[in-house]
Amino acid sequence: MTTSRETPRKTRPRTPGRGVPLALLAPALLGLAFLLVPLLALLVRAPWRSLPEQLTSPEVWQALRLSLFCATTATALSLVVGVPLAWLLARTDFPGRGLLRALVTLPLVLPPVVGGVALLLALGRNGVVGQWLDAWFGITLPFTTTGVILAETFVAMPFLVISVEGTLRATDPRYEEAATTLGASRFTAFRRVTLPLIAPGIAAGSVLAWARALGEFGATITFAGNFPGRTQTMPLAVYLALQNDPAAAIALSLVLLAVSIAVLAGLRDRWMRTV
Amino acid sequence: MTRSAHRPRRSRRIAGAGAVAVLALSACSAPGPDSSPGSATDGPTGTVTVFAAASLRESFTTLGERFEEEHPGTEVTFSFGGSDALAAGIDNGAPADVFAAASPRTMELVTDRGHAAGSPSTFVRNRLQIATVPGNPHGIDSLEDLTAPGLKVVLCDRTVPCGAAAQTALGAARIALTPASYEQDVKGALTKVELKEADAAVVYRTDVKAAGDKVEGVEFRESAEAVNDYPIALLDNAPNPSAAKAFVALVKSPEGRKVLGEAGFLRP
Amino acid sequence: MPETMPPRPGKGPAPAGTASEPGAGGLDARLVVDRGSFRLDIGLTAAQGEVVALLGPNGAGKTTALRALAGLAPLTAGHLRLDGADLHRTPPESRPVGVVFQDYLLFPHLSALDNVAFGPRCRGAGKAEARAQAAEWLERMGLADHAGAKPRRLSGGQAQRVALARALATHPRLLLLDEPLAALDARTRLEVRAQLRRHLAAFEAVAVLVTHDPLDAMVLADRLVVVEHGRIVQEGSPSAIARHPRTEYIAQLVGLNLYRGHADGHTVRLDAGPAVSTTDDLTGPAFVAFPPGAVTLYRDRPTGSSARNLWHCAIAGLETHGDQIRAELTGELSLAADLTTAAAAELDLHPGAPVWATVKATQTHAYPA
Repeated sequence: MTTSRETPRKTRPRTPGRGVPLALLAPALLGLAFLLVPLLALLVRAPWRSLPEQLTSPEVWQALRLSLFCATTATALSLVVGVPLAWLLARTDFPGRGLLRALVTLPLVLPPVVGGVALLLALGRNGVVGQWLDAWFGITLPFTTTGVILAETFVAMPFLVISVEGTLRATDPRYEEAATTLGASRFTAFRRVTLPLIAPGIAAGSVLAWARALGEFGATITFAGNFPGRTQTMPLAVYLALQNDPAAAIALSLVLLAVSIAVLAGLRDRWMRTV
Repeated sequence: MTRSAHRPRRSRRIAGAGAVAVLALSACSAPGPDSSPGSATDGPTGTVTVFAAASLRESFTTLGERFEEEHPGTEVTFSFGGSDALAAGIDNGAPADVFAAASPRTMELVTDRGHAAGSPSTFVRNRLQIATVPGNPHGIDSLEDLTAPGLKVVLCDRTVPCGAAAQTALGAARIALTPASYEQDVKGALTKVELKEADAAVVYRTDVKAAGDKVEGVEFRESAEAVNDYPIALLDNAPNPSAAKAFVALVKSPEGRKVLGEAGFLRP
Repeated sequence: MPETMPPRPGKGPAPAGTASEPGAGGLDARLVVDRGSFRLDIGLTAAQGEVVALLGPNGAGKTTALRALAGLAPLTAGHLRLDGADLHRTPPESRPVGVVFQDYLLFPHLSALDNVAFGPRCRGAGKAEARAQAAEWLERMGLADHAGAKPRRLSGGQAQRVALARALATHPRLLLLDEPLAALDARTRLEVRAQLRRHLAAFEAVAVLVTHDPLDAMVLADRLVVVEHGRIVQEGSPSAIARHPRTEYIAQLVGLNLYRGHADGHTVRLDAGPAVSTTDDLTGPAFVAFPPGAVTLYRDRPTGSSARNLWHCAIAGLETHGDQIRAELTGELSLAADLTTAAAAELDLHPGAPVWATVKATQTHAYPA
């Protein structure tokens, strides 16, 4: 029973390139091409000559700044509530847990626009909860930057929860028990033992959630609307530019693509090596 | 917070490239094998494929059913969508017989490339209205009333026709209005009012009509400055030109005008 | 409740427990745990300074008992008192109990030092103080050089000692060890067993260890409690149990052939099978046992043998057992026989081969059941 103490994950041997059956190689390459060709097309058709002009416009930076701020805040929010939620789902047993787990992942399959409408019905000025926020605190969320953050959190958090829950399930719960026998409360055990153990899963989940939040369109425009500098994130700017200025849309897409690649590559090297 | 400067349209050429992905989904209503042109003596037969602006959905669907009743053996297939996207689809070879656009500008995208057979003609016009929540609790009576402090107003984004028209009307009235949001399309703007998240929106009167009693329409003087013409055209490589011609005739007929008028459209 | 007294060398008189009346020290428990169709129900007492081994086959409920003592599995019924204090409702983090888990469960992200300092930290010591205590423990375990090492860099034996230090660093009044040597290879095991014995001997409170290895149990424990199917089947000193096993499981563990039957003078008529002649004289229900080494095998029926116990059997299996061959026999009587490699070759033994087995009456041992 030494297996759970040392996981030889890092030394897993790679399958050598030779001997890959054609039946796997051909569809694999087709899949790769399918994913890469559209991105290449974006580069090929990019209006390179007018690009400097496009990219130096204040609207682009405004939208980019807002996108990065909202996606990062939404990720932070997802972490604060999503990690405990993942723990609850993975480590406790109560009736209806399976159902709850399915409900938590519902935003993954829900069309984002539907998510946006649901948010309006819940947190809008006349929403189930929102009307009280308005009446008691004078807080209205639609058409605000906070609204963008909430919409992105709604869509992105399930990615984090699923990732963290999976890591938690793969982590031996007896580490928590060991901490308990040493005098740690369940919360201390979580903070000082479980959290460091699942750090790679949290990092991976955060990156997924962040990327999802950065690209979020449907729930955002439905719940928070579209106003430059306040709720117009990059995807919204791209979509609206596409209506009558595709060159600008392509330029904006390139910026978003470049930022995403830079961030994912940076995180991958620093955080996700073991994932 | 400043209003975003409106970017002028720079290149129309790339419209096709940009919208082709969108079109792949909406343009796959290819005509069936029975779409061969019917002989002139028997009247129209086969399938007519009509690309029409989204705001025409209700009235054109009704007209399509009438057409099929009047001409047994015909079938009308619609593809409703944003006029820009539809124009890009036609430009990319989507097999359509008729194109009905929500603006002359989008029709130009098609005629400029020589995809239209003959010149397009305006068959209806649309005017803006203010949509308020039912009962108009804020007593909105004019465009200027929308600038009242604390009032949440949503407009369509300038890049879509209803937004462009609203800006024309606001410009004509010399009113500076900062909305809560520039919505991606008319439905987005209307939804916000229907859910009472916004107090008012500037949309087309046909949209107000289609929303039924979920919103209330308020006419305003300056809407006359931003009347939208809807052109319709036969397409150059229409698979079924005779039936297409008959469908356009139905749209322009008194019967067609009546159906369109009930939906809130104005006569040209 | 933190116990701040440092452990003493040797087993002196037990120090007064923090909440105990004099004389109430040690462990007094009856553990009843229901888990589906399985029910654990054992009584367990131990004096201060005593090392008790729970010995039993896999699935007997040993680990469940351990978890119940640590508070990780709730008791269905029964009681649990340690040094006179009732722990039944005390949550695990508040019990003065230290646990060495089977695979140690050292926190992989913490150094050996921080693993050991974890307990004192949780029990209220400052960071520097906890680390100083931890360093002292590692020093005592001969691991001062490995204080900064992460668990994955430690050998099995080192990890075992870190785990022991971690459990002892909270000054528990009850130390629980779950299969403490099972994760080690044979050679390390010998060495670690000796070290563990020294540390347990020096531990002044109660230690309970769980093992399925009789040698570990006999070397490490003062008293054995044999558990099968959730019940205690026998308890006593290691030597008493080795001499008088009462179940086949223990007999096998201590290397004896054991049968139950009815004694009448020098003959024990087995419940299932032939009679066994013995030199012991008793009447009534009885066990009769003899070691595998006392069995002699022949290919042909021996004629001149004085042995009274002669059975016709067949070889069921052969395995190397140290420098000997152990033969499992079936037939008139199922039994194990040990013989030298040379003898096995000479007899041309192979599975299925018919043999005659004899045992001298002087080498059997009968005792009341």
